[in-house]
Amino acid sequence: MTVPGAWYLGLSALLFGIGATGLLIRRNVLVMFMCVELMLNAVNLTFITLARMLDDIGGQSSVFFVLVVAAAEVVVGLGIIVAIYRRRVGATADDLHVLKG
Amino acid sequence: MNAAYVILAMPLAGFVLLLWLGRRLGEPAAGWLATLMTTGSFIATAVTFSYLLGQDAGSRTVVKQIFTWIPVAGLHVNFALQIDPLSITMALFVTGVSALIHLYSIGYMHADERFPRFFVLLNLFVFSMLCLVLADNFLFSFLGWEGVGFCSYQLISFWFEREKPPPAGKKAFVTNRVGDFGFMIGLFLVFNHFGSFNYRDVFSGLMAGTPGALATVTATGIALMFFLGAAGKSAQIPLYIWLPDAMEGPTPVSALIHAATMVTAGVYLMARLVPILHYAPDALTVIAVVGVATALYAATIACGQDDIKKVLAYSTISQLGYMFLGIGAGAYTAGLFHMVTHAFFKALLFLGAGSVIHALHDQQDMKKMGALRRWMPITFVTFLIAWLAISGIFPLSGFWSKDDILAAAWASHGQLGKVLWAAGFVTAGLTAYYMSRQVALVFLGKARWREHGVDGVEPAGGVAPAEPQEPLHSPQAPHEAPPVMALPLVILGAGALAGGMIELPSTFPFGHAYALTRWLEPIFPVQIAPEPHVDSGLKVTLAVVTVALGLVGILLGLLPWLRSAEHPALEPGVLVHAWYFDDGVSAFVGGPGETAAGFVADDIDHGVVDGAVNGVAWLAKSTGSVLRRLQTGYVRNYALGLAGGAAALLLYVAIRVGG
Repeated sequence: MTVPGAWYLGLSALLFGIGATGLLIRRNVLVMFMCVELMLNAVNLTFITLARMLDDIGGQSSVFFVLVVAAAEVVVGLGIIVAIYRRRVGATADDLHVLKG
Repeated sequence: MNAAYVILAMPLAGFVLLLWLGRRLGEPAAGWLATLMTTGSFIATAVTFSYLLGQDAGSRTVVKQIFTWIPVAGLHVNFALQIDPLSITMALFVTGVSALIHLYSIGYMHADERFPRFFVLLNLFVFSMLCLVLADNFLFSFLGWEGVGFCSYQLISFWFEREKPPPAGKKAFVTNRVGDFGFMIGLFLVFNHFGSFNYRDVFSGLMAGTPGALATVTATGIALMFFLGAAGKSAQIPLYIWLPDAMEGPTPVSALIHAATMVTAGVYLMARLVPILHYAPDALTVIAVVGVATALYAATIACGQDDIKKVLAYSTISQLGYMFLGIGAGAYTAGLFHMVTHAFFKALLFLGAGSVIHALHDQQDMKKMGALRRWMPITFVTFLIAWLAISGIFPLSGFWSKDDILAAAWASHGQLGKVLWAAGFVTAGLTAYYMSRQVALVFLGKARWREHGVDGVEPAGGVAPAEPQEPLHSPQAPHEAPPVMALPLVILGAGALAGGMIELPSTFPFGHAYALTRWLEPIFPVQIAPEPHVDSGLKVTLAVVTVALGLVGILLGLLPWLRSAEHPALEPGVLVHAWYFDDGVSAFVGGPGETAAGFVADDIDHGVVDGAVNGVAWLAKSTGSVLRRLQTGYVRNYALGLAGGAAALLLYVAIRVGG
């Protein structure tokens, strides 16, 4: 039995929604970071699904780029988060509003 | 032919070496080094000259590339030398006179505390002047043009600790800037019209003199703008005012820069532009009229001056006017001929004056001189030669060149030509008069310096001592110049005596049938520079009349001034004060000029210009203070904005594209 493509798309939309909502409502920087990852992977899932449905290799290769960028982002992002926690234990995203105009 | 590079390299090397080692070399080694470099440059020029002489008349233009200066698309300017009869003629007399004056300066600048600095600047001047005359394009020439202006400024205010020289230097520089604007606009016009700065590219289509090859309006505009530049550098009305003040510089500088070489740069420029002048007859009229007006005007002022150098300064302005009259009359060769002979006799007059000033320990007032012929025989004899030459007495050099210009003026511009000739004719008489007055006051008559304390301790009535004090050999008697100063006098004397030989008719002994005309023929081909035609009989008549007037002028100059040094009737105040032109300029600039400048500075600059700038800044600042409220610093606000934007974009795409 094959799962229809629409289910995959629905799942990735759901995952993306969860990620976006989490990003908007949570204050813990680490959790927000995980939400971003969730959104990225939801998009990846969409790419893969559509590549399969349309029989086009382009979607799969895009995923590789997204994965590489995400890995790089994790390195930098986690580095920043660790640096912030070292200076201010328990800081939330809202505490970090030094860029306020 | 690579000697051409050496012409330019020697003074540059001298400049760099002296800048670096000058202080360590000290006196007199620095002076000898500079003289050696300039002499080497002269020898290289002579070698190049002899090479050109060996070529056919048609192939006497050689371009020597040094490097590419500006290699931009559409604007390609080279550092390149154009060796042709005109530039080599200029280079020959520039380096020749420079070498002599360098030598003279070793004696004249003796015991000056900034002795090496003087020669640094002098070598830089020679280098700049050679750039100006040897360049193969307008832009490179302009570099030299500004270079000589800078050196002139530096050398006029050489004794900067004194009261008068620094303002005189500034006056020279600022007045020249006015002319330089004309030069620059000329440059722009040339580039706009021809798309090149290169002399050969610009002139190549014009040398044949085809009618209509260049629009009259364009040609007139270019010629007049460059003439404005030339009027600044060559001290023509109304930009002549800096030259009399430039006499505050050391006397060798006055001789070299402000009489023999730099001030002739304007004449050279006009000679370069002959292919364009051919298409601008109105510009030629303007040049001739300004030239003869300057000649006459400055000659009248020279009659009323007491300062030995001021007389020569106004005389220089007057003679430069003659050269421009020659150019304006279409007698280009005659203009250049007068430039060469003038370089000899005017440099000689200045060096003689320097020798006198030196001997009398900084006395410049002619009323306090007299009878110096017995104390300074060499200076006296050489000064006499220069005096007769500038007075246009047959057969000295000045006679030939002045005669050529006056004859050409007679034949040019129709009826106006007769007026031009008459003004030039009167000027010739005045020239003879004021020079004879000078000779009578300085070298003849009674030794008035005895009454005025020749040791130079007391300052001479209002005239600031322009020369450095030095220990006196014998406090009472004036002394003849030392050999390093006397030798240039003798050589220049020979030049002033026989300089006319380069343009003699073949009927005279040593004549080479107008050698200069034939030499310059490739530059002034007959198609674009037809010789003004004068019957030989008329020419002889005009020459005889002019010489007769010159003799009358000499008599009128000698007779009263031999008897006494005080003739107030012969020195009306209007001439002593140079027709009040300087006072008028001062009153105008100091009165309404200053008010207008104040209005511009306070109201327009402060209110309008600054207001506009501050207004823009205020606008940006207040916009920012409103927009800054959007920057909350909360990540979720930004993320929400991002998400909302993405949603809006998707919606738009769905409706416009998808629908």
